[in-house]
Amino acid sequence: MATTTARRDLAGTLDGLPERTIPRLERVLGPEIYRVLRGLATNPLSITGFAIMAFFVFIAVAAPLIAPPLRASSPYTIPRDGYAAIPRAPMSTWNRRQPSEPFWLEPLTGSTEWIHPFGTTAGQWDIFYGVVWGTRTAFRVGLIITGATLLVGIVVGVVSSFYGGVVDNILMRITDVFLTFPFLMAALVLAAILTPMFGKSTVPATVAMIVFGWMGFARLIRGDILSIKERDYVMAARVIGAKDRRIMFRHILPNAIFPTLVVASMNLGDVVIIFAALSFLGVGVELGYADWGQLLSFARDWITALDTYWYIVVFPGLALLFFVLSWNLVGDAVRDIFDPRMRGRGGA
Amino acid sequence: MTNYIIRRLIIVPFLLMGTTVLVFVMMSFLTPAERSSLYLRDVPRNEAAWDSAIRRYCLDCPIYVQYYRWLVGVPIGGTDEISGGILRGNLGYSRTAHQPVVDLIKQRFPATLELALWAVIPIVGGGVWLGVLSAVNHNKPIDQVARVFSIIGYSFPTFVFGLLVLMIFYAKLEWFPPGRISDWASAIIRSPSFHQYTSLITVDSILNLRFDIFLDALRHLVLPIVTLSYLSWALLLRVTRSSMLETLRQDYVTTARAKGLTEKAVINKHARPNALIPVVTIGGATVVGLLNGVVITETIFDFPGIGSAAARAALQLDVVSVLGFVLFTGLILVLANLLVDILYVFIDPRVILE
Repeated sequence: MATTTARRDLAGTLDGLPERTIPRLERVLGPEIYRVLRGLATNPLSITGFAIMAFFVFIAVAAPLIAPPLRASSPYTIPRDGYAAIPRAPMSTWNRRQPSEPFWLEPLTGSTEWIHPFGTTAGQWDIFYGVVWGTRTAFRVGLIITGATLLVGIVVGVVSSFYGGVVDNILMRITDVFLTFPFLMAALVLAAILTPMFGKSTVPATVAMIVFGWMGFARLIRGDILSIKERDYVMAARVIGAKDRRIMFRHILPNAIFPTLVVASMNLGDVVIIFAALSFLGVGVELGYADWGQLLSFARDWITALDTYWYIVVFPGLALLFFVLSWNLVGDAVRDIFDPRMRGRGGA
Repeated sequence: MTNYIIRRLIIVPFLLMGTTVLVFVMMSFLTPAERSSLYLRDVPRNEAAWDSAIRRYCLDCPIYVQYYRWLVGVPIGGTDEISGGILRGNLGYSRTAHQPVVDLIKQRFPATLELALWAVIPIVGGGVWLGVLSAVNHNKPIDQVARVFSIIGYSFPTFVFGLLVLMIFYAKLEWFPPGRISDWASAIIRSPSFHQYTSLITVDSILNLRFDIFLDALRHLVLPIVTLSYLSWALLLRVTRSSMLETLRQDYVTTARAKGLTEKAVINKHARPNALIPVVTIGGATVVGLLNGVVITETIFDFPGIGSAAARAALQLDVVSVLGFVLFTGLILVLANLLVDILYVFIDPRVILE
């Protein structure tokens, strides 16, 4: 509180400017976070992004109601309607092993007969079910991978900038080595190596993406820590005799971590794309697991007849596109807000 | 400057060394049996053959011994021949393609190179053009449209976009087929009268004066190129746009305007060349993007390059081949980044290197 008053006095006396009232929210969150949030709340692109995101959160949370599983114990297994190779068109009816009808079916369609709203793939996996439950997979995988890469990145970045010198040099060279591989190929091979150990599941691709995904965050946080290290308040803390560790964790890290956190959260869309790509290439989940990448991989057998079986591509493809798009819309707005050249210009 | 280049060159061997270590660490997760295809073309059939293979190639030795042998190769007892050794250019044998990994790369790489070279033209040209257009019309509708267009491209998963264009332009309209070349053309290319100078079909066909083959190859390239470039424009557009915006605020641009030059001359002659300098720095990132992109693009369009070969090998858990591809692409990346860093010094005289 003392600092806000002081700033106000300074502005009032020095420039004769009208006193700027600082909103309560800004006082609570601090100027930087407040500026970002205000920018996001006023930008039409980011608002659209948040709206789409909210829609997907709703689908993920309400998945058991929107598409009830066949067996509650294994909800991620897509129910299949027989084994025929030829995909079936949207709105066709279930023949066998039909899960229970969702609550919205009768009010919306007026019939009680459960259908395949998006059709089926080759092998009769229900696309609608896969798209709905695939939303959960996307969130889960995205959050786990983003969280883990962020953690590794922060540990490496903090250790590197804290100790400096030889340690810094070695860690950064190791980072460089990890960066020499094209991400997708590296993740592809590591997932292939891990598959015999963990079996076909989300684990191999997840681990592979964590191992090759942390370098950007490590570099980012290291750079921010190095620049914050030189600030006056760090010097002040040092002068009053604070220990190194305390300076690092109480003074430097909380101030340096914010941009990295933002970048990481905006990275979730990319993570989901790459995971789906690995799944699409066949080193991801087991057959029949609700995952957008795998649903799309069914289309590969029907390349010559895609105009007939368009629904295998279009429904899971659009789900994936909009999921990623929502993240990138928000991310683009964030990037503008953070761009120092755009600062004070009311965004771009 | 010379100092900088020398220092940059010294790092390269260490980086490559680190790369081999990382690849070998991944290799060590394999069983000795799987590692045997580093040295053996055929998987041994019985127990005794296994044991002798493992002993001969030291596949259960301590890891540093194995690493050393992997680098320099293992002499075959009684003869002068040496088996394996990546420094000797031997990356092991592909279990699924039944040939040495190096041969597989040699066979597949021209296709990828051809695709990448053709794709670079629209990627760079289109990206820079859109970026400049966006910056010059800052915050006008055209700027917003270009940005939304690029955000959508950036969000489009390669395989979804690829499948959609295949659905429209191949399955529906039958304009552009997948693959690298039609069967009739492929037969001509393999015939002895057709000289393969470069293994790049588009170049060879012109050198052989077979324009029908050139057109056929181009027709197969269209969809992969469209896919690769639409998805790569976002990054270039963003960098060009923000750099151009920055440049347009410089004093020398104001000076150019003040002395009465047309806006076109100001932008084309004064602003754009300077704005493009930072764009060079993302040359490395573009190469990375392309190498990532080809894995999926080639798989979808059934294009026989190293990307689709790597994907197929990974699917069949033929790890030795994929690691060979990874090592090879890693090498390309290291060299590409080196080139970009050095070019940068020459392009921008303002860069002062400590």
